[in-house]
Amino acid sequence: MATAVWVLGLLGVALGALLGWVAVRFRRAGAPLADAIDKVLPQTQCGQCGFPGCRPYAEAIARGDADINQCPPGGEAGIRALAELLGREPKPLSADHGVEKPKVLAVIDEAECIGCTKCIQACPVDAIVGAPKRMHTVLDAECTGCELCIAPCPVDCITMVPARAGLAGWRPSRPLPRLTALVDAARLP
Amino acid sequence: MNAPQRLFAFPGGLRLPEHKDAATRAPSRACPLPPRLVLPLSQHAGQAARPEVAPGERVVRGQRIARAEGLGAHLHAPAAGVVVAIEDHPVPHASGLPAPCIVIDVDPAAGEAALLPALPDWPAIEPAALRARIEDAGIVGLGGAAFPTAGKLGRPIDLLVLNGAECEPWIACDEMLLRERAPAVRDGGRILARIVGASRIVLAIEDRMHGALAAAREALAGADDIAVVAVPTIYPEGGERQLIRVLTGAEVPSGGLPADLGVLCHNVGTAAAVADAVLRGLPLVERYVSVTGAGVADPVTLRAAIGTPIEWLVAQAGGYRADAERLVMGGPMMGRALPTDAVPLVKAANCVLVLTAAELRDDAPELPCIRCGECVRVCPARLLPQQLHWHLRAGDFDEVEAHALRDCIECGLCAHVCPSHIPLVEWYRWGKTELRVRAEDRRRSDLARERFEARKARLEREDAERAARLAARRASAPAATAGDADDPVAAALARAEAKKRGAATEDADGA
Amino acid sequence: MAREFRLGGAPHLPAATSVRTVMGKVLLALLPGVALSTAWHGPGVLLQAALACAFALLLEAAMLRLRGRPLRPFLGDLSAPLTAVLFALCLPPWAPWWIAAVGMVAAIVFAKHLYGGLGYNLFNPAMVGYALVLVAFTRELSGWPPLDAPIPPGALLDGVFGGGVPWDAMAQATPLDTLRDQLGQGRTVAEAQAGDDGRSAWLALAWTLGGLWLLQQRVIHWHVPVGVLAGVLAVALPLWLYDTGRHASPWFHLTHGALALGAFFIATDPVSGAATPRGRLLFGAGVGAMTVLVRTFGAYPDGVAFGVLLMNACAPLLDRWLKPRPFGHAR
Repeated sequence: MATAVWVLGLLGVALGALLGWVAVRFRRAGAPLADAIDKVLPQTQCGQCGFPGCRPYAEAIARGDADINQCPPGGEAGIRALAELLGREPKPLSADHGVEKPKVLAVIDEAECIGCTKCIQACPVDAIVGAPKRMHTVLDAECTGCELCIAPCPVDCITMVPARAGLAGWRPSRPLPRLTALVDAARLP
Repeated sequence: MNAPQRLFAFPGGLRLPEHKDAATRAPSRACPLPPRLVLPLSQHAGQAARPEVAPGERVVRGQRIARAEGLGAHLHAPAAGVVVAIEDHPVPHASGLPAPCIVIDVDPAAGEAALLPALPDWPAIEPAALRARIEDAGIVGLGGAAFPTAGKLGRPIDLLVLNGAECEPWIACDEMLLRERAPAVRDGGRILARIVGASRIVLAIEDRMHGALAAAREALAGADDIAVVAVPTIYPEGGERQLIRVLTGAEVPSGGLPADLGVLCHNVGTAAAVADAVLRGLPLVERYVSVTGAGVADPVTLRAAIGTPIEWLVAQAGGYRADAERLVMGGPMMGRALPTDAVPLVKAANCVLVLTAAELRDDAPELPCIRCGECVRVCPARLLPQQLHWHLRAGDFDEVEAHALRDCIECGLCAHVCPSHIPLVEWYRWGKTELRVRAEDRRRSDLARERFEARKARLEREDAERAARLAARRASAPAATAGDADDPVAAALARAEAKKRGAATEDADGA
Repeated sequence: MAREFRLGGAPHLPAATSVRTVMGKVLLALLPGVALSTAWHGPGVLLQAALACAFALLLEAAMLRLRGRPLRPFLGDLSAPLTAVLFALCLPPWAPWWIAAVGMVAAIVFAKHLYGGLGYNLFNPAMVGYALVLVAFTRELSGWPPLDAPIPPGALLDGVFGGGVPWDAMAQATPLDTLRDQLGQGRTVAEAQAGDDGRSAWLALAWTLGGLWLLQQRVIHWHVPVGVLAGVLAVALPLWLYDTGRHASPWFHLTHGALALGAFFIATDPVSGAATPRGRLLFGAGVGAMTVLVRTFGAYPDGVAFGVLLMNACAPLLDRWLKPRPFGHAR
């Protein structure tokens, strides 16, 4: 009886020490959770999630203050990536926050623009250049398509155009399975 | 002096039925000019060319009508006539979408050809000047990729390979070119070798292309600077990476260029175009093209002007047979199906192929992959096509990247041998685009994150400065009311404050 | 006038082969072995194959219907009959009919369709079926009729459908059984093989002939058979050299039991096997080694089925581990 207690006790101490050592030795010296979440978000900075940008939303998710289905630009794929990262079940996009749309870019009708700089202040990524009383223009390479510049414009001279249009933006479509459609539907989410 | 060439094997590959005799029975014919030529501004890798003519303008054969922008190639009028429009027109592209084209109504009476000055004394001309000539002539790779040729001539090269290994079934334009114009290929090869400083030139021709081999050997009788090498007929022998492996035993690094090995590979048609540009001053305005397949009445290889409608080319080959089913630009393995024949011949098009139902993949149902491994056996890139397909279907793009999808050359062998009739190449084309789009999205989102953070930092700094200014004004206000303007300490403080403010404003502007 | 065309993806050439052709060729390649086996064991061999085929097709159709899959392409792909024939070839010709039924339920329903049907099964269906009946009905599967006195047709039918054949009375031990029993009783290999006329080498040769034809037709690849050979040699040769009295020669192993059949027809099943060239080599080697190990140290006279099933479980790992180096990648 005493031997058993001794043996089990020692074993417990030894294994506990081992576990502790492993925890220290192999601790993931990685980015905090918010960084990892921020990496997955599309960085549109549109605020549709209810937070002023992707980073604040990432921090809110990490704190547990926001759900993973509030990002319309990320869409289904984004939700799936978040779910995988956080080990949760994917869920449909919350309709309160918007709908998934194809990627767009803002274009300023330069003839209409009155140079009020309101859009410049609204742009979350400084993708609009211009000066007071001077016509503004959007840097295509930097525009995230967040649409935040639309509302402030007093003359409605900003429109959103599809980001990948025409021959240059053409993409082959995913092959359609001919017979295995049923199999695919059954196997894939 | 060239020692007998030792040949190596490339992984995978397959012997395919050749069908070459269809388009090689008779000598090539010059295709008569059509009433209207359509010249897409983008028929090469890189950016579209910028038009230099306006509708209504008269142009003559050889006149430059659009100039290269960035990486690209000039475009020349293949015949005299009048520019009637610069507008969107259907082009031979997988999407079926239209693209901007220069449309010329042919009028042989519109004027004499305006060629570049011929350079018959090219061996005495600087390589840079020869390279400029190739650029001026708008030459692109005529084997199918249409990469601007001058863009490949910038690095020192040891071995120049002239690629006459026309490995796809049906296509016979290189075969006919070699039979009829081997001396031009030879001269073009020598010019290219001079430009890049290549010490060795190999002209590689598949061993089943007997006529081409004989003509090449005849053109090179007595010459010892170009070695004619008969390479085994195995598809896709003519792939640049495969051919270089066969000739040198080396593998072009993934993501790298042949120049990394000191090798440069040019299609024989490109070499002939180089000879024409240098020796005759002729820009790239026409090419050899095979109009063949069981769906045309009288298969033939034509010398046709760039911009000639496919419809016109097929008419020269006797028109369609009743059972014509599919129109392909290129060969049956890698060529693109075209939705209509109202598209023009472009620089890269080596073959117009019309297939009947008997030579087409049937619509047999696609079955699940049985992992038979035939695709693994034939893959020239030593990939695992079945695993790629599996991961693509599951949307697991990390695995797709790990299985080296980008090394796929889309040769089509895996899909050809697949007993389950899975359209593997369609999956890979989709997957490659997805990978590219994903990489681009990642780049854009990283940029957006950076700019968002920078803006946040700027706004915070501006807020802080405003607060500091406010505080400073409040602090200095009582001092000023005290009227103690002579206080040297207060004056110095105010000066320092003002200086700091100025610097901060500059900072903000800089951001 | 411009003409419109139907689109289609490259390559445009007709497909070189089909699943039906592949499975059909494997069935054809079985013919020499089946013919020889029938000549020795009587029409029971064919009866078992027909029974198993009937059950297999019936179950395949039922499962396809249940899973909402189209019947025609999957019933016509010949994969179910191939599973059935390979399974039936492992049965004694007078086994009762319900053995085939139980085996096919295990093979078609459990091993194949519950994993997702054609192309998705992790384990070789024929071997799952065989392993199950071998373990569950050892007595019914252990006795083979004597080679030189084929069972009369009446007795055969009675045995298969009526359960009337006194197996123990008529059965003759197979050479592998004999070897196991005699060695167990302390005799040497030479004594145990005294009554063995080496006839089974001819059957192994018949399977090999079919296998070579499949190799020539590019239906199977050389890696698996060569791997099996290497695996057998790697285990059997050292044992035999260590003590020729206690261990059978590699030749004996190769020419007896289901090894030749397994090397060319069972371990080469693409779906449940490895798909990379080196993976296939190792897969075959594992099957060969396991077979000899089971025969030498295990509780069953033959071990091909166990070897195949074990290696099936390893196949995905082998493929991952032995992925070939893509062209142009650093060594």
